[in-house]
Amino acid sequence: MNSAQAGGSLSIRNVSKIYDPEGANIKALHDCSIDIAAGEICMILGPSGCGKTTLLNAVAGFHGISSGEIRLDGTLLCNTAKPQAQQGPDRMVVFQNGALFPWKTLLNNVAYGPIVQQRLSPKEARAKALDMLGEAGLADVAHKYPGEVSSGMARRAEIVRALINDPKILLLDEPYRAMDALTKAIMHENLLRIYDLKPVTIFFITHDLEEAIFLGQRVVIMTTRPATTKEIIEIDLPYPRDHRVLSSEAFRLLVTQVKASVHAEAKKAFAAGEKERA
Amino acid sequence: MNLNKLILKNQALRRGIIAIIAALLVWEILAHWRLWFGYSLPGIGLMPPPSAVLHLWGKVLLDGSYWLSWYASYSRVLLGFCLAMLLGIPFGLMLAVNRHLHALFFPIFEILRPIPPLAWVPASLIFWPTQEMSIVFVIFLGAFYAIVINVLGGARSIDIRYLRAAQSMGAGQWSLFWRVVLPATLPSIFTGAAVGMGITWEVVVAAEMIAVGGRVYGGGLGFFVWNSFVGGSTEQAIIGMLSIGIAGYLASSLIRYIGYRLMPWHTAA
Ligand SMILES: Nc1ncnc2c1ncn2[C@@H]1O[C@H](COP(=O)(O)OP(=O)(O)OP(=O)(O)O)[C@@H](O)[C@H]1O
Ligand SMILES: [Mg+2]
Repeated sequence: MNSAQAGGSLSIRNVSKIYDPEGANIKALHDCSIDIAAGEICMILGPSGCGKTTLLNAVAGFHGISSGEIRLDGTLLCNTAKPQAQQGPDRMVVFQNGALFPWKTLLNNVAYGPIVQQRLSPKEARAKALDMLGEAGLADVAHKYPGEVSSGMARRAEIVRALINDPKILLLDEPYRAMDALTKAIMHENLLRIYDLKPVTIFFITHDLEEAIFLGQRVVIMTTRPATTKEIIEIDLPYPRDHRVLSSEAFRLLVTQVKASVHAEAKKAFAAGEKERA
Repeated sequence: MNLNKLILKNQALRRGIIAIIAALLVWEILAHWRLWFGYSLPGIGLMPPPSAVLHLWGKVLLDGSYWLSWYASYSRVLLGFCLAMLLGIPFGLMLAVNRHLHALFFPIFEILRPIPPLAWVPASLIFWPTQEMSIVFVIFLGAFYAIVINVLGGARSIDIRYLRAAQSMGAGQWSLFWRVVLPATLPSIFTGAAVGMGITWEVVVAAEMIAVGGRVYGGGLGFFVWNSFVGGSTEQAIIGMLSIGIAGYLASSLIRYIGYRLMPWHTAA
């Protein structure tokens, strides 16, 4: 399907993260291990507040880990001795709730990376940005500000803004969280199309299990906080996938399987929440 | 869509004009109450009717000293305000970005801030060599605090995701400041500017009433009001008051316009 050269492989080994170890001592990640092959679409599925964003932030270098090790293409990003990874364009993040710069047009948002890295002149960067926005069906709105376009368009533009930097891995944090089912379905097909044009390793956080199964080659199910990998489910549905997959028997079976696993965790998370409130 | 906007705007304009005319009418009637109805309303004292004020205004418009008052107040306000922007924006940003400078300056700033600008007038008259400078200084103070507080608050509450996104894309300190921190703070800068501009007009008028005593021409609109009152012309004092209102309105419109030009995204949504 996709060449093994595309993207980078990510290895997360025994990673733990404790927030505020001296004070509140919140264990967010506990002995979490995931291996993602180059060019894989790996979905991280877990209940709200389990520690998904915490893991992503550690990979991106936004904060440190307490112990463990993370490697990208075999190169060390961070470990117990060097807790915080350096941020870099090899790992591009699409943030929960979106983070396009509101003061830049979509075009200038996308062109920003190559310009600050001085990989391209501003003129070349904008030309390339316009090309890529066009491929994503956003040519018409390229000169609009994020506040002027729909959230679906903004999300697509944000993914383009990430991809223009030729990242080894794309880190997506529930990018379609607040969307209605219909828009979501379109976004999913769009993402898979972009992925076909430009294969890249995808680390995709979600708590929507149908989304996880529809998009992923594997679904990693996380436990409630402190998060660790509970189960990894291979999704052997053939690509290219489109909405028809959703009504197939194979898809329904997978949903049942994943649901059983996630449900147990969601219940625990709920009980823990009740306990905290009591 | 544009047409809609135009109609909406015109509707707002029409309502505004109607409201002003209605207010003038009520004022006119109240001013003539005693004459027309033979008894005076309790609690309502003497006031000149708007017709008399407008009539006099027509004459005053031809008087050079009236325009000199405008010029005097405006130049003081603009000078003090621009100084406040020039120093306040970098100062606010600096406090926001640098923890050490924040720890150093913020306490002093917070102790001086509650002192109303007008309380500075006596000290400032003694300190500065000319009266003009002391007035500008007080105006500057009035705007400075508002600008710094807003810039500081705005720069500190920048969504961390913007900073992270920029840094992931390879932004250095320079680009981070000019391309992210500054534009993200612009809305707060303009809020500070609008509030600061409002304060400068309060301050200039009061400062002119206190300080400019003695001078007949070019004393500013504040002096114009006071002088008219002392000279026994309530009509002219009201003209001064309304002029200050208009002057302040023009000044804030200017700020809004500049903000609109500098932040097309802000009004776009
Ligand atoms: N900076 C922090 N300091 C202390 N605790 C934190 C911090 N950030 C997150 N937490 C806690 O760590 C846990 C995991 O948070 P995280 O944001 O990683 O969860 P999540 O799985 O991404 O949740 P969601 O689905 O709501 O996005 C939560 O209980 C949260 O309250
Ligand atoms: Mg999260």
